[in-house]
Amino acid sequence: MRELDAVDRKILSRLQGEFPISERPYAEAAEQLGISEKALLQRIEALLADKVLTRFGPMFQVERMGGAFVLAALAAPEARYEEVTALVNALPQVAHNYRREHALNMWFVIATETQAGIAEAIARLEADTGLPVYAFPKEREYFVEMKLEARR
Amino acid sequence: MIDDLDRALIVATQGGLPLVPRPYQLIAEQLGLSADEVMRRFKALLETGIIRRIGVVPNHYAIGWTANGMTVWDVADDKVDALGERIGQLDFVTHCYRRPRALPAWPYNLFAMVHGASREECTAKADEIRALLGADCRASDIIYSTKILKKTGLRLGS
Repeated sequence: MRELDAVDRKILSRLQGEFPISERPYAEAAEQLGISEKALLQRIEALLADKVLTRFGPMFQVERMGGAFVLAALAAPEARYEEVTALVNALPQVAHNYRREHALNMWFVIATETQAGIAEAIARLEADTGLPVYAFPKEREYFVEMKLEARR
Repeated sequence: MIDDLDRALIVATQGGLPLVPRPYQLIAEQLGLSADEVMRRFKALLETGIIRRIGVVPNHYAIGWTANGMTVWDVADDKVDALGERIGQLDFVTHCYRRPRALPAWPYNLFAMVHGASREECTAKADEIRALLGADCRASDIIYSTKILKKTGLRLGS
């Protein structure tokens, strides 16, 4: 695993939002961080390559464009876990997928451009895997702010 | 709602912003637009919340948050909104939602994500939530993630 230095940590803590929309956004952000534009571009590239970052860019809220975003889960038999993972991940509508310690051992988020897309994706997953998929659509959002500082 | 050009901008950047000095210019060239138009539209998408934010998305495990627990709670329907609002305000909770139960397999209707460098840290945070819920909590669990199987974010078909 990549050892993080002070510059990496600065990028991780200060660049989780508010990346500029301007002609030379990296130059602008780099100046704030006290590094060069070139250094910032290289750092982001390396952090992505080393999987410290999973993405860099805009994060979309599909609900705000008329789409839907639903948490779902299934219970994959251990002997089939890899196969079921491949089937679930193969669907482009599956945005994230996590293994979790529970009878429902696979939890994923389905993001679709239309409301109807969710039911279609779930039907497809149930047909592909032969397993029931439980959907947990959010009924109410109390808080969301996923910004975590580096701990190491 | 979005139009075809907004949609094209989303498809062009859902995998990430180009790592070049003038990323908006590059997207503009790819789509046959002016850079000003691209920037204007990005700003509008941010304002309407279609873009939540633009920046880095860390892998929690790689930055030291190795324990990631989904705490789930069974709270009476007439109490869950007031309590959910209070739990969402705890500084360590990153997501907090009300979701439907799936009885009998799943009795929980309140979900709150907590993170730590160890499971003990997550349990301590769950204990704070439990204290806040008091007698209104009928059952609970912490379900830890043990592996990221996929984390690509939204993917619209191009």
